[in-house]
Amino acid sequence: MSDLSAGFSEPPRRSKVAKSRWITIIGVPLAAILFQVYVPRFFTYLAYLEMPLLVTVYYSLRRRSPPFGVVFGMCIGLAQDSLSNHPLGMFGIVKTLVGYFAASVSQRFEGSSDLLRLVLAFFFFFFHQFFYWVLARALLGQAVSFEPVQTLVLAVLNAAVAVPLFRILDKLDVTD
Amino acid sequence: MDLILNRYRNLTALVAAILVQLVLLAYQVKSNQEVRLIRVWAVTAVTPLARLLEGGRSGTVNFFKDYFVLLDVREQNKRLQSDLNRVQIENQVLRSKLDTAEAGKALSVFQEQTPMKTVAARVIGDSPGSNGRVVLIDRGTGSGIQSGMAVITPDGIVGKIVSAYPTASTLLLITDPAFAAGVLSQQNRVHGTLKGTGNSGVIVDYVQNEQNVEIGEWFYTAGDDRIFPKGLPAGTVTSVRPGRTAKEITLSPSGLQNGLEDVLVILQGDHKPIPDLPPPNQSVHLQPLPPADGDPSDPLSATRTTGAETDLDREVERTKRIGEDQKHVFGERGRGAPDFNKVPEPAARPMPATPPVNQPRP
Repeated sequence: MSDLSAGFSEPPRRSKVAKSRWITIIGVPLAAILFQVYVPRFFTYLAYLEMPLLVTVYYSLRRRSPPFGVVFGMCIGLAQDSLSNHPLGMFGIVKTLVGYFAASVSQRFEGSSDLLRLVLAFFFFFFHQFFYWVLARALLGQAVSFEPVQTLVLAVLNAAVAVPLFRILDKLDVTD
Repeated sequence: MDLILNRYRNLTALVAAILVQLVLLAYQVKSNQEVRLIRVWAVTAVTPLARLLEGGRSGTVNFFKDYFVLLDVREQNKRLQSDLNRVQIENQVLRSKLDTAEAGKALSVFQEQTPMKTVAARVIGDSPGSNGRVVLIDRGTGSGIQSGMAVITPDGIVGKIVSAYPTASTLLLITDPAFAAGVLSQQNRVHGTLKGTGNSGVIVDYVQNEQNVEIGEWFYTAGDDRIFPKGLPAGTVTSVRPGRTAKEITLSPSGLQNGLEDVLVILQGDHKPIPDLPPPNQSVHLQPLPPADGDPSDPLSATRTTGAETDLDREVERTKRIGEDQKHVFGERGRGAPDFNKVPEPAARPMPATPPVNQPRP
């Protein structure tokens, strides 16, 4: 709990803005999309792990720059759209918003707290699924169903995976 | 203006990005055309990596499979030394099983036998996000694949190509809600439209409540959708119930039952008639046993009527009769063996119900 309170009470420390290597900024999202494309073929239950979303949240939190979050989320979302059968922009818009909001949160709070990361991963997964559902119904007129309980359970699972994943990604980054 | 943009730099970036994507989305929805260039870039970037991963995975799996097969062969050799005949039979059975179990070989055999012009492809990736039922295959326009082509396995239809790129294509599975194909039932020739449900099953829509469809009945492609040739298996009916406007029929798709790894893309279709018999699980006809009556002059042939079914049973009966005829008790010490060359008296045969016609009367 102290972890969370520390994360919320401390003012943002601009000096701890992470500078990621460009190779990781390109390689990690590509690996996340490949994971999404390839791994569920053999482990079906892993299809519910939204790796591109978790990576978007992570880099937006780390860089603390909303424009970066916007561009990063948009690129990952459009790449995901390109490999799916729905029109380009569906995942793009949702992930753009996720990137923007995650980066905005990181300007107010310390993003390296595990508990804060858990809460944010949970929240952003639910937001991502809900907003995608809204877009699919409103813009494409698709009769897509939304199951809140199932989405909440999946959000918990994604949040549980997010914490160790973010720790691993921390090791790849260079902090100034 | 610059001041406002600088002040609201973050918000401006967000609004600009959303607007660009909304315009992109609107263009695609309105014109019903996709932005091909971006998709080509993404697919071309992902395909080599996915191929590499698939190659590594299949290589590792094959290595371990070969290792365990070799272990089996060693065990078989040991058994061969102790019981050559039995192991030869086992070996034949194992070989036939191995031959038929190889999905790729089965696919190539099917490909050779079918009159349709097809190209084999391997599934190398799933659709990102859990919302679609689309997979990526490793053949594209370079192999002659075009959007709208049908995709099958030897077991049945699998889906259709929705986008073809130079090195890969996206395949819309029959379980996707956006999928539709015309189908025809085997027994009652009921016409309907096959649709995906988004789950593992598919439904047949637009079948009137008055029409007769039975559980277990096969549905085949009707050929009128101009995608699938007529006569390809689609699946078997798992449930039927009357609906409000049309019958609610659920199918188990036959093409997806054995997993989805290797598929055939139909480049040039060939319509076939709907078969009268279901394709798989056909019952095997066995001839009855040979008649029990043998040579009437052979007194031992009578033993064949006493329920003996195998040669061993008949031999046991024959030995018992020889022992009884010579008053020999098998297993008694100091009696030796009976004379097996002495043929025993013929057993009493059942009298026919009517006497022979030309038999002289006393």
